Amino acid sequence: MNVVTPFEGIGASLRRKEDFRFLMGRGQYVDDLNRPGQTHAVMLRSPHAHATIDRIDTAAAKAMPGVKAIFVGEDMAAESIGGIPCGWQIHSKDGSPMAEPMHPALALGKVRHVGDPVAVVIAETKAQARDAAEAIIVDYTPLPAVSGTVAALQPDAPQVHEAAPGNLCYDWHIGDKAAQEAAFARAARVVTFETTNNRLVPNAMEPRAAIGDFDSFSGDYTLYTTSQNPHVIRLLMGAFVLHIPESKLRVVAPDVGGGFGSKIYHYAEEAIVTWAAGKVKRPVKWTCERSESFMSDAHGRDHVSAAELALDAEGKILALKVHTLANMGAYLSTFAPCVPTYLYATLLSGVYAMPVIYAEVKAVFTNTVPVDAYRGAGRPEATYLLERLMDVAAAEAGLDKVEFRRRNFIRPDQFPYQTPVALQYDSGDYHSTLAACLETAGWAGFEARRAESKSRKKLRGIGISTYVEACGIAPSAVVGSLGARAGLYEVGTIRVHPTGSVTVLTGAHSHGQGHETTFAQLVADKLGVPTANVDIVHGDTAKVPFGMGTYGSRSLAVGGSAMDKAMDKIITKGKRIAAHLMEASVEDVEFERGTFRVAGTDKTKSLTDISLAAYVPHNYPIDEIEPGLEETAFYDPKNFTYPGGCHICEVEIDPETGRTEVLNFTAVDDVGRVINPMIVEGQVQGGVAQGIGQALLEAAIYDASGQLVSGSFMDYTMPRAGDLPDVGVATHTTLCTHNPLGVKGCGEVGAIGSPPAVMNAVVDALRDYGVRHVEMPATPQKIWGIVNSHRLAAE
Amino acid sequence: MYDFAYHKPASVADAVKILASDPEARPISGGMTLLPALKLRLNKPTAVVDLSGIAELRGVKREGDKLVIGALTRHFEVATSAEVKAAIPALAAMANTIGDTQVRNRGTMGGSVANNDPSADYPAALLALGATIQTDKRTVPADEFFNGMFTTVLEVGELVTAIHIPIPEKAGYAKMRNPASRYSMAGVFVAKGAAGVRVAVNGAGANGVFREKAMEAALAANWSPDAVAAVKVDAGLMNGDIHGSAEYRAHLVTVMAKRAVVDAG
Ligand SMILES: Cc1cc2nc3c(=O)[nH]c(=O)nc-3n(C[C@H](O)[C@H](O)[C@H](O)COP(=O)(O)OP(=O)(O)OC[C@H]3O[C@@H](n4cnc5c(N)ncnc54)[C@H](O)[C@@H]3O)c2cc1C
Repeated sequence: MNVVTPFEGIGASLRRKEDFRFLMGRGQYVDDLNRPGQTHAVMLRSPHAHATIDRIDTAAAKAMPGVKAIFVGEDMAAESIGGIPCGWQIHSKDGSPMAEPMHPALALGKVRHVGDPVAVVIAETKAQARDAAEAIIVDYTPLPAVSGTVAALQPDAPQVHEAAPGNLCYDWHIGDKAAQEAAFARAARVVTFETTNNRLVPNAMEPRAAIGDFDSFSGDYTLYTTSQNPHVIRLLMGAFVLHIPESKLRVVAPDVGGGFGSKIYHYAEEAIVTWAAGKVKRPVKWTCERSESFMSDAHGRDHVSAAELALDAEGKILALKVHTLANMGAYLSTFAPCVPTYLYATLLSGVYAMPVIYAEVKAVFTNTVPVDAYRGAGRPEATYLLERLMDVAAAEAGLDKVEFRRRNFIRPDQFPYQTPVALQYDSGDYHSTLAACLETAGWAGFEARRAESKSRKKLRGIGISTYVEACGIAPSAVVGSLGARAGLYEVGTIRVHPTGSVTVLTGAHSHGQGHETTFAQLVADKLGVPTANVDIVHGDTAKVPFGMGTYGSRSLAVGGSAMDKAMDKIITKGKRIAAHLMEASVEDVEFERGTFRVAGTDKTKSLTDISLAAYVPHNYPIDEIEPGLEETAFYDPKNFTYPGGCHICEVEIDPETGRTEVLNFTAVDDVGRVINPMIVEGQVQGGVAQGIGQALLEAAIYDASGQLVSGSFMDYTMPRAGDLPDVGVATHTTLCTHNPLGVKGCGEVGAIGSPPAVMNAVVDALRDYGVRHVEMPATPQKIWGIVNSHRLAAE
Repeated sequence: MYDFAYHKPASVADAVKILASDPEARPISGGMTLLPALKLRLNKPTAVVDLSGIAELRGVKREGDKLVIGALTRHFEVATSAEVKAAIPALAAMANTIGDTQVRNRGTMGGSVANNDPSADYPAALLALGATIQTDKRTVPADEFFNGMFTTVLEVGELVTAIHIPIPEKAGYAKMRNPASRYSMAGVFVAKGAAGVRVAVNGAGANGVFREKAMEAALAANWSPDAVAAVKVDAGLMNGDIHGSAEYRAHLVTVMAKRAVVDAG
């Protein structure tokens, strides 16, 4: 572990093994797969945000060329197909369980958001299926709809579900209310702040797709799907929706082109094509169109929050109080309820020593696409609220914003640090990441750059965010006690083949993260097998024993740790074989990177000698141990991991047009031990791109009738290369103290730390205009409106 | 896409004949506008008449004090043409800002002009430059050709064949892009030439591309950014959407006019 092989082991910026395949167009995504005899499915979706379905007439459509079958909600209900399940149960303050209304795969009697699937057409070609879908007659009676997060709780708001009175899913809280009130009573100053966290559409490059396949002879089902966690889909869909035993259901997630959370969830279309394949006795393929993605992939964020921060006379934080409304959309997506609770409110302490926190969260149903985890999931919302609040509070207290942060930081000697909102941070060094970031970003020289911009009639601003997040999810017992309906361990199998090459089976899933490289580096580092001889297998329930998948920056921290444990078992067994071969006692055999050695001698055996002996056990301790060299480990983490760091952003605003340009962005993150620095840099840059997107560009906008106005790339502003600066990435490591690799995770830090850094810079740029806050996204129109209305104040 | 018949004629005469025989047939040039509409099933032509094989529709040439640009000339060709760059550099520069590389290598001037998207770039240039649009039947001055949003005087089956553009003394263009689509949200093309000063605006007007007469008068009196800076545009005549209210667009027109004058020099 401590010795780094120069080219391939831990710490090497090895080029990604998988990129050759991807860059040459040789990836095999679900839509690239075609099964013999395959049919094509098209979903007919609701054009209404809220309506009763009075009649569906499929007669004409069924008679059209190529049509094999058309199914509606009643067809599935008639076979006792279950609703799409939710994987997390939250309890309200009063102990009652959250409202969990039925989520039928195909609508039953009512549609609740634009895009809600109403019928599926299965035909010989996709065009025939589309033609027939257009010929289905659906009589709707439109109902009043509610799309806004705040509007959902108004007394006269339209009701989305009868089973959720007042559109309330839950009313939850965390922290000590009495202590918070007491702290506020003796505060020298209370700073208030309100903000909205804009709803986002994830927009993975690859749209979702699914192929259902049924073997009528064996009775086996196979689902090929764009998933981040095929075993989770097998569990949820098999057990709760279609009632297919695990042994009869295989789920394959081959190459997947980006997920960002949106491909964690079990979606209706997966159940529909799998079930329909059994009905039509032919494979059924469905590929989402981009405009369909906008109205059916789970969206992200969408919070409305009010916060109050109590300070003492020295600018030390006494207590924080937060009230948040979170939009769940029309139905509960797989992990939706935990995002604004255990992935959000537990992060409100940030990097600060806050004695008291009290947070209340209400989740609401609306006539919009379901909302669930999106890169960062809850933690970006918490970080944004807190880091904007820190700037506002520093300004109101008359303190320098950096000094104010430093004064409240958790000090290195305070770890492990128990926050008042359940988490215990194991390690971190916020002073060092701050210092490094200030230095790299040239914080001290900013005013000169601002003056130079001013000479060009431009407004320059600089913003900082210091953050921590909780990932590497998660200890099963802990999440179980918080409402998770699954464990969150990970599984790794190390299969050493007879001639010493290695296959790794992992329950984590790579959809852009570079696992085929990083995981191979772990094996190279520990077992001394060149990465070229290490293959990573993932994404197939028929090959990988089990797994919980990839999200919450868990693949390395949890999945990598499982592999590490399995490699320990390989080494233990290998030592016994080596001891036998070298006629030494097991205690005397040492192993280091591919070589077994009798301590203090020059007697050695290579890993290949051992694997060969294990599979050709002619001279072998056959009475003591079994042949073969393959080990599996399940690793259940002891705690979350806590990456953190500092992001600094510099922007320039053109006050005439309101356009904001990001001039530079500096990230110094503590992601624990770095396995592949190049991949870490890429992950952080990608996350920052999405953070800049949230801050300046992206917004899913519903009108009052529940239509998604920003329903295509003509109106939904995805970040483009030209919107992004060079992102300087550096790491400053403190090791995770509780996993064997010392790793924390790097997948989400970019998206978590960056939005407040950008927005703090925007507000700073507008400081002469007396602006206290700007809501995301800071579009040109919005900034111009502010500049225009504050013009007199500035002049 | 719905099914349609496909024709690829080799001459304008043949194309016009096919179009005349079927009022539901549509010409296609670069397909950058028509194809997405077909794929989204927003359009259901019986036949598509592909103009790309008609050699006579291609190319840029200089005829005296005019440029003549064939309808099939692609944005990339306009952007890189030595003739255009020498005669009307602002037009070449504009072409280089249309869409992205792929779009510029497919989209054509004739297609853009016939489509008259209110946010498209070329219509403002042609209006400001006092161009005439030549069709298979007639020539129409740009002032009469563009007729509000997505409408022109073209009759069903009538083809744009070439655009004749008088070479100005100077011209300039500036636009503010819609952050999502990157089409113009307010673009202003200014030109000074034999026909005087002309200013045309795209992206902003409630009724498509239009000439801004007050700015023309201001610039005729005093060709300077300051002259147009003083001209305020009536928000009541502007378009509004989630990216830009009518007030914002009205403001942007003035800002872009200033910048266009700077661009023109
Ligand atoms: C991603 C993207 C970005 C874009 N960005 C911009 C932008 O920033 N600015 C901009 O100005 N445009 C932009 N466009 C539009 C692009 O410039 C189009 O190419 C152009 O508007 C139409 O030209 P075309 O040759 O592709 O026409 P087509 O799509 O082939 O046809 C468009 C319409 O004109 C008709 N037509 C075509 N040729 C003729 C003819 N010779 N005579 C009569 N009718 C004809 C067709 O029947 C159709 O109705 C963008 C397009 C895309 C896809």
